[in-house]
Amino acid sequence: MELLTNQILAGIATGAIYACMALAVVMIYQAIDHLNFAQGEMAMFSTFIAWQLMQWGVPYWWAFLATLALSFAGGVIIERALFKPLANAPILTHVAGFIALFAIINSVAGLTWDFTIKQFPTPFGSSPFLGSQLISTHQAGMIGVTLVLLLLLYFFFQFTRVGLAMRAAATLPESARLVGINTSWMVALGWGMAAAIGSIAGMLIAPVVFLEPNMMGGVLIYGFAAAVLGGLTSPFGAVVGGFLVGIFENLAGTYIPGVGNELKLPIALALIITVLVVKPNGLFGRAIVKRV
Amino acid sequence: MTAMLNIRDLKAYYGQVQALHGLEFGLNEGSLTTLLGANGAGKTTTLRAICNMVRSTGSIEFEGKPLSGRSTENIVRLGIAHVPQGRGTFTTMTVDENLQLGAITRKDRAAVTSDIERMYAHFPVLKQRHTQQAGTLSGGEQQMLAVARALMLRPRLMLLDEPSFGLAPLIVRDLFRILGKINREDKVTILVVEQNAQLALELADQAYVIETGRIVMSGNADDIANNEDVRKSYLGY
Ligand SMILES: Nc1ncnc2c1ncn2[C@@H]1O[C@H](COP(=O)(O)OP(=O)(O)O)[C@@H](O)[C@H]1O
Ligand SMILES: [Mg+2]
Repeated sequence: MELLTNQILAGIATGAIYACMALAVVMIYQAIDHLNFAQGEMAMFSTFIAWQLMQWGVPYWWAFLATLALSFAGGVIIERALFKPLANAPILTHVAGFIALFAIINSVAGLTWDFTIKQFPTPFGSSPFLGSQLISTHQAGMIGVTLVLLLLLYFFFQFTRVGLAMRAAATLPESARLVGINTSWMVALGWGMAAAIGSIAGMLIAPVVFLEPNMMGGVLIYGFAAAVLGGLTSPFGAVVGGFLVGIFENLAGTYIPGVGNELKLPIALALIITVLVVKPNGLFGRAIVKRV
Repeated sequence: MTAMLNIRDLKAYYGQVQALHGLEFGLNEGSLTTLLGANGAGKTTTLRAICNMVRSTGSIEFEGKPLSGRSTENIVRLGIAHVPQGRGTFTTMTVDENLQLGAITRKDRAAVTSDIERMYAHFPVLKQRHTQQAGTLSGGEQQMLAVARALMLRPRLMLLDEPSFGLAPLIVRDLFRILGKINREDKVTILVVEQNAQLALELADQAYVIETGRIVMSGNADDIANNEDVRKSYLGY
């Protein structure tokens, strides 16, 4: 029994990372209607920027905030420079763009900071959380940050004008333009927010997996899986999806004989496909009510 | 007197296909004009050209300002509200949110709140459903919502593309009565595109008839409605 609780708690903790990454995936999906394969590399690069700032002596939280701002700006710049010119190009052109972006960011990070793993600090410490052996303060911190982020996004989309405008531009671009929304900038804003959210995911996971240019590969796949499971259009779904994937991955690794660490990923993906067969819009995807 | 909207030699293209062939017409400030024509005549294209949603050449001036080269959202911000064919409702959002979106470019938040109340006074059915997803509304209610959303801009000019489409005659009358009221009381200049000539001519004071991308007839709405030759040859009733 204690093993079970333990595994679920550990799953929730890793799930927080997937949830964070899934939030970034949902942001970009809302803005551009498909997935950004370079999302993980962008997050990795952001994390290196934070690391570099701290190497220069900037205190953790200042480095954290500066990284958020720089990542946001970076996301906007990437959209303006690379993807806005492709706005009317076919989808395969975009895919090629994502792959190019992936390769460029990965090698620039490798060239600048080399491929040796680096320690990344956690602001939460790594002692047992509330004296419990089940979960560390860093893990509790990750969960907390993810939930706060979700709450902020919820308020942003539900109660601010920019949030409403972004939703409108994502669902019906032409109608959005007809109420005066600059949909092109809404896309750029989506890129910026996705990059900033991704940077949070990167900074939270770096203390766990160590910092190096390939650190986000697996995480991004789980992030995609979580987002798809949750429904791709719902930030809430992304977070629930992230926790579910984290829990399931851990339980499968522990309890299904022969799965171990190597097969955790395919098992988790199989679960997701099963869910999608039953519920194609994901668990919390937009169910569109139509009346003719 | 110079017109509020002035269109000269307007040509519009879908790829290689030309849909408008040197269209000319004007709208006087405060008027309620209808643009009539059969299916495929170029009515929708005309409205889309005004909002720069289709490639076009020629000159379109709104209150003396040329519109060419402006983006759709900038044209809207000048005070031109466009209710597109098919209504363009944000079906996954609530009625309230649709109205908020209509006013998204406005800075006067207090006035926006009172305008939403005004819209609910114009269209009581919308008030009953204000927290409901817009996609659950009936066709008539969605058309009312589309008009209300356009009015939230506090437009100087409102363009409507076949608002009667798919609605029962009684509901069309109701909608047109409200349009007439908005035109008189709120001083919004209105251009209604219609296939349904009879009702539109009752509503409008000016009328144009469009055929294969050209204006072929213009005049006072009553005169056109009362001219049997014109009705027979151009409007088919
Ligand atoms: N997206 C399009 N691509 C190609 N041709 C189009 C398109 N939309 C309209 N047309 C053509 O342009 C002409 C005018 O169409 P439209 O303005 O929609 O007419 P109306 O609104 O009066 O029914 C028609 O001949 C139509 O076939
Ligand atoms: Mg049409």
